[in-house]
Amino acid sequence: MTATPAEKTTSGEAWDGFKGGLWRDAVDVRDFVQQNYTPYEGDSAFLAGPTERTTAVWNKLLGMFPQELAEGVHDVDVHTPSRIDAFEPGYIDKDLDLIVGLQTDAPLKRAIMPNGGWRMVEGALNAYGYEADPQVREIYTHLRKTHNEGVFDAYTPEIRACRSSGIITGLPDAYGRGRIIGDYRRIALYGVDRLIEEKKADKADADAQWPTEEAIREREETAEQIKALGELKAMAARYGFDIARPAATGREAVQWLYFGYLAAVKEQNGAAMSIGRIDNFLDIYLQRDIDAGRLTEAQAQEYIDDFVIKLRIVRFLRTPEYNELYSGDPTWVTWSMAGIGEDGRPLVSRTTFRALQTLYNLGPAPEPNLTVFWSPQLPQGFKDFAAKVAIDTSAIQFESDELMRPKYGDDTAIACCVSAMAVGKQMQFFGARVNVAKALLYAINGGRDEKTGKTVVQGFTPIEGEYLDYDTVAPQYDAMLEWLAKTYVHALNVIHYMHDKYAYERIEMALHDRAILRTMACGIAGLSVAADSLSAIKHARVKVIRDETGLATDYEIEGEYPAYGNNDERADDIARSLVHEFMQKVRKHPTYRDALHTQSVLTITSNVVYGKKTGNTPDGRRAGTPFAPGANPMNGRDEHGYIASAMSVAKLPYDDAEDGISLTNTITPDALGRTPQERVDNLAGVLDGFMASDGFHMNVNVLDKATLQDAMEHPENYPQLTIRVSGYAVNFVRLTREQQLDVINRTFHGSL
Amino acid sequence: MAVLLGSDIPVGAPVAWDPTNEPVTPAAAVQHRPISGSVHSWDLSTGVDGPGTRFVTFLAGCPLACLYCHNPDTWKMRNGKRTSADEVVAEAAKYRTFIRAAGGGATISGGEALLQPVFAGELLHRFRHELGLHTALDTSGFLGARATDAMLRDVDLVLLDIKSWDRALYQRLTGRQLRPTLDFAHRLADLGTEVWIRFVLVPGLTDAPGNIEGIAAFAASLGNVSRVDVLPFHKLGESKWDRLGMDFTLRDTPSPSPQQLAAAREVFAGHGLMAV
Repeated sequence: MTATPAEKTTSGEAWDGFKGGLWRDAVDVRDFVQQNYTPYEGDSAFLAGPTERTTAVWNKLLGMFPQELAEGVHDVDVHTPSRIDAFEPGYIDKDLDLIVGLQTDAPLKRAIMPNGGWRMVEGALNAYGYEADPQVREIYTHLRKTHNEGVFDAYTPEIRACRSSGIITGLPDAYGRGRIIGDYRRIALYGVDRLIEEKKADKADADAQWPTEEAIREREETAEQIKALGELKAMAARYGFDIARPAATGREAVQWLYFGYLAAVKEQNGAAMSIGRIDNFLDIYLQRDIDAGRLTEAQAQEYIDDFVIKLRIVRFLRTPEYNELYSGDPTWVTWSMAGIGEDGRPLVSRTTFRALQTLYNLGPAPEPNLTVFWSPQLPQGFKDFAAKVAIDTSAIQFESDELMRPKYGDDTAIACCVSAMAVGKQMQFFGARVNVAKALLYAINGGRDEKTGKTVVQGFTPIEGEYLDYDTVAPQYDAMLEWLAKTYVHALNVIHYMHDKYAYERIEMALHDRAILRTMACGIAGLSVAADSLSAIKHARVKVIRDETGLATDYEIEGEYPAYGNNDERADDIARSLVHEFMQKVRKHPTYRDALHTQSVLTITSNVVYGKKTGNTPDGRRAGTPFAPGANPMNGRDEHGYIASAMSVAKLPYDDAEDGISLTNTITPDALGRTPQERVDNLAGVLDGFMASDGFHMNVNVLDKATLQDAMEHPENYPQLTIRVSGYAVNFVRLTREQQLDVINRTFHGSL
Repeated sequence: MAVLLGSDIPVGAPVAWDPTNEPVTPAAAVQHRPISGSVHSWDLSTGVDGPGTRFVTFLAGCPLACLYCHNPDTWKMRNGKRTSADEVVAEAAKYRTFIRAAGGGATISGGEALLQPVFAGELLHRFRHELGLHTALDTSGFLGARATDAMLRDVDLVLLDIKSWDRALYQRLTGRQLRPTLDFAHRLADLGTEVWIRFVLVPGLTDAPGNIEGIAAFAASLGNVSRVDVLPFHKLGESKWDRLGMDFTLRDTPSPSPQQLAAAREVFAGHGLMAV
């Protein structure tokens, strides 16, 4: 089933039967989808299982995963710096692949992408027992500057100190920043030639502007985008497809769209490489073929299954340090779906169901990161199916359509975990996160690091006295957060200037409008530790224990304090204010390219590393203990069940955290009800209730503790066990042991 | 049925009595006199304490001493926290939006909720009328006589725990008699109150076919039983017994197998009851 020679098709034929006009005259995929998609309000009964072909292809990969897991990587091409058309075509099985294309010339073989930074490439190669190619090293250390080198040329000593103490961690200064979603649908709808024409018109317009630095940059970027589109066409041609023209069938639409995405992951080792909102778009093409009698349900499902197989094997070469931070080899191929359109119709089609069905046809997997925009208004049939899939696979996440639609419209997708953006119209500068719990310790210690004793921040004096007084600590903490926000935005401006300069996302930006909204996505970690510490200082008595140098290294709590996570205003208000205040502080500092300031409360799996780098805290947490993930309350301090805990999280203001607020719940099946149907009804109800209470995001794991413990001991029996961590899903067996224990120790909300 | 509140302890069942629970009069109820009770804890649960997501208030104190109890820390009223009805209602009110969107309600559980009938009644009334929530009462029925008709009008669903049909076994399991529970069940049937029967299946103890058959036939005869929860015995509460320095005698008793559970449910189904 290799590629058939492309027939010459005009857009007239490709668009046969499609309605509407606006999208024909200007690039406007949303208009196309709105005019042509068929909302589906039924249940999941129509879905088809896997074909023999699908199962055979997937089994071939399943056979390869254990060795990859054992060795860290399956294979690496050390000689070829990756670019869109750098590799010969690759196949899982040339005779069986329906949707073709791999990042390199073989499945699971990783590419090097040195534009982000040579250090990351060489570090990763060495970690997995590979030698760097001396010629490639020569290029990227002497002849061609990288993003990483640029950043360190412009970092200040203070930023470097923050980086090494861990108060600011995970910055995309050594690898691709990611979190940019190309509108890959454009390739299928318009064909690459039309997109090149549009970009050439933009370029001509930019050429007519007086060459300010900004105008010159735009010309150069647009020229790069046009080149990238040309390379994309060439790459597809090597697989035997002419994507200069629009896609004419359902299969072509999937293939064209995938080529666009593939080009992006061939060139960018981005922290998150999300795919956008694509199911209703693809459904239009599949439905047209079904209506014409050219396609069966089984075939439609098979295209989606094969496409998803490809998305599951996207791989990047990363260092073990990176994996410690964001473990499980994540790529965040986030696929956003559902929600309600501005006209009130559900954004659910049969292909939305088909996408979820892949978790049954291929078994659970963390990628693509299937993300359901939840609204109480969604059709019951879809709610029930999504809840069922969540219960059966723990592999999907839910985010509030009700909070996002008013801000970003109804053609919105999530990049990474919880970052919403209007597709093709918006991008973000990913900013990782700062440690607000450690900042509190810095406030108490006058800028000295509680672990090393080194002075990281100048100009502060330590807080004195045997007991911490809230009225003394609060203003000093406020001042420390001012310093932190300033230093943080400073670092991010440097990073994104250099990323644009040395590792510009040519193909992803070619699939954006000319005028786009950029956000500067800041983030905080340690929210619950900081909030509980302040609550302890305010509502109990906290005694300070200092070492011989006067460094506060431990705390004793006398009395009890209300903890965040119990829907108790006394603690929740502290958390809410902290989010608000830090956002206000971030907003004070001008950003690179006038990006709009935003922030997230999200850690992914870095909560473990942040905890490791933070000493004893006044909430009673011991040094080195993991933080709670994302916006979660601290393990075991939420005493009234996961709903009370979720209600505390729902109080955090989305207006002050427009880059998302992440909550992860792990519940035992029994805690949702006694029968499978009851569990489905109840989980759908819980999601309705959470979103109605202004909750933003919920990861749902429905698992037994015993299963996870057994998986730790016998990983070979659980190759596909998937769990949600903050913002994404991972193969449980790919987590580090520390992270596995963190997941297990985290409150299991069961019934007793 | 007239019930004298506060003085209706069944003969032969001397239980700890809380003198601070004053008898309520209709006038007092109307005026919302401040009332308080001994509360062990509150919790939000889904699918285990009645339908949907529920605000569950666990009242402290229980006249029974079940061998398999998983919450022995709720037995003594003095171990609870003196809490006003206003506080409990204010706490529940925080979840009104959530519960209405999610589907669910409020459940009064224990301990034995009817050990504090005035307080329980006050809460049920206010959950239902102030917060507009579906209400459920989780009880052994042993003190069912303490529930006034007025109180039961505020209850949408009773979760009635029938621990054994065999009288001697009931006495052995709980230290009390079965009769009051059956009386209460009849009364609920007369009132037309919806009931879910709960039955804990303990291998070697409550699983005799005749024992299950007895409950099933009785439940089916009532006409107001819409479902039966057959709950597997588990030992998750074992550590609580240890902490309290009490002897947990079922340490070596296994949890029932899925087959045993299915067989028990089959018995109920045989009487036309929906058993899960």
